[in-house]
Amino acid sequence: MSGLPIVLFDGTVYGMLLFLMSVGLSVTLGLMGVVNLAHGSFAAIGGFASVVLVHRLGMPFLLGVPLAALITAAIGGVLEAVLFRRLYRRGPLDQVLFTIGMVYVWIAVSTRIWGAGQQPADLPAFLQGQIALWPGAEVGAYRLFLLILGGVLAAGIFFGLERTRFGARVRAAQSDRDMAGGVGINVDRLFLLSFAIGAGLAGAGGALAIPVIGLDPSFPLKYLAFFLIVVSLGGPGTVTGSLVAALIVGIVDVAGKYYLPGAGGFLIYALVVAMLIWRPQGLVART
Amino acid sequence: MSDLHSSISWRRPVAEAAVLAALAALPLVSQDYLLLLTQVAVLALFTLSLELLVGQAGILSLGHAAFFGIGAYAAAFLALAGWEEPISGLLIAGGIAGLAGLAMAPLVLRASGLTQLMVTLCLGLMLHEAASRGRDWTGGDDGLSGFLNSPVLGLFEFDLFGVTGYLYALAVLGICFAAFTLMRAAPFGTALRGIRQNPVRMAALGTPVGARLAQAYALSAAMAGLAGALMAETTQSVALEALSFQRSAEVLIVLILGGVGSRYGALIGAAVYVLARDWLSALSPEYWLGWLGLLMMAVVLVAPRGIAGLLARVRLPRARAKTEDRA
Repeated sequence: MSGLPIVLFDGTVYGMLLFLMSVGLSVTLGLMGVVNLAHGSFAAIGGFASVVLVHRLGMPFLLGVPLAALITAAIGGVLEAVLFRRLYRRGPLDQVLFTIGMVYVWIAVSTRIWGAGQQPADLPAFLQGQIALWPGAEVGAYRLFLLILGGVLAAGIFFGLERTRFGARVRAAQSDRDMAGGVGINVDRLFLLSFAIGAGLAGAGGALAIPVIGLDPSFPLKYLAFFLIVVSLGGPGTVTGSLVAALIVGIVDVAGKYYLPGAGGFLIYALVVAMLIWRPQGLVART
Repeated sequence: MSDLHSSISWRRPVAEAAVLAALAALPLVSQDYLLLLTQVAVLALFTLSLELLVGQAGILSLGHAAFFGIGAYAAAFLALAGWEEPISGLLIAGGIAGLAGLAMAPLVLRASGLTQLMVTLCLGLMLHEAASRGRDWTGGDDGLSGFLNSPVLGLFEFDLFGVTGYLYALAVLGICFAAFTLMRAAPFGTALRGIRQNPVRMAALGTPVGARLAQAYALSAAMAGLAGALMAETTQSVALEALSFQRSAEVLIVLILGGVGSRYGALIGAAVYVLARDWLSALSPEYWLGWLGLLMMAVVLVAPRGIAGLLARVRLPRARAKTEDRA
């Protein structure tokens, strides 16, 4: 398979990964109003945790990745309780300084532990090689797996936010934090949980992304612009918006590399500027 | 309402001139730190341009390196093309950056908040990509070097020890700081701070809000361009890094570290940042960035309004006691 179909396929897979890694940032920005530039660190934590579990300890891939996501969620929860909670009432500039500082600290810590190089990606045999969707249409087995898993996780996030009591509480706190507290919702615990879930999703995304985009200590800084683009393009606080934006960014970026390799990232940045001028509130404005 | 009390008394300019004179006399005592202090001056000027934007006008930017880079490359192009006189080169480069700012202002000012941050970020990244691809013009990743400016004022040659570069940078920073101080106290500066606090009300009072913001954006861009050109002329080289996202983030960090909205914030932030970077990278070459990160986190927790804010808090009780004595 080549040409347009493969561009759409690879772009969608890339978009799914971007969605997983940035949806938590969108929720924290919409819910708690924190410009968390350190969010990419959670993706990196998940990635390194999975490398340790799968590559060093020899755990099966399908067990190691969810466990890495859980570890990331736990770390995210602790950090929310200890550090991020202090930032909620602060201005965006303080949040920027603090969270960029966290990224620097994380990069130094992870370089100290794992070295500055690229991390190895171990895939089980059944996820290697190509799979024929139909005769003549071969795609990478792992990318197909990512596409399906990403779809399932996205559906789970929608279900969780729209159909569960927890999701209703999150949405209530998003529209009016004080009022939500007034009707008996434990807002502090809600923030802790949603922050941990967002971190866990980013951790899963980071672990799953290693075979596609790699992992090294500077990962959180390298992809920071992409996470921010997804969130602002989609509109902070909207999961639908993040998904649509992530898919657009993924497909445009892959298409640009395929058809206009000389343009580099130029295309995607120009698109973002144009779209933000067209819809400053994001594709899906929160009501 | 600290704005009301910041009217310039005679004591401040005298103290500031004394500090400037002391810094200018430094090469007589020691020439060890001149290159480092030149870096401080360049970064302080760049940060001052961002203070004009963020602290005064309330416009957010995560792509201010665009104008720093435009100024740096413009100065390098001029010198390479044979226009080697440094002062006019500096002014032309600053003017070009200012025009670029004027051109970009409508795009940036349409948005606010996160969207504004993202528009500036992406415009900066676009320029970085363009410079990275335009290898024939910009030298791509290698950057530009091998140009030489003629002596400043026809008298002072750029020397190996960096004495001329240091004094030249100090002079440019001093002039720009004075201009910034005057602008801040002028009706233009007051209008900007009013717009930052309440744009609707300022419009109702008859202030042309859009025009003022566009002027502030162009002025800030021009000042950033001067800083970039100053770097190009004092180091005799320009790297692609001048346009990078890291530099945009760095200058924002320096500004917040020093203190947004304070006159000395940019200067204090730049000095602390460059010296801390130099000290930490000598102490721990591999992990200095992590220590810097810890410093940044500590500043947010301990000194919410930056180092300048912390100093003001230490000084304020004394000043307050004095006024009470008088009353």
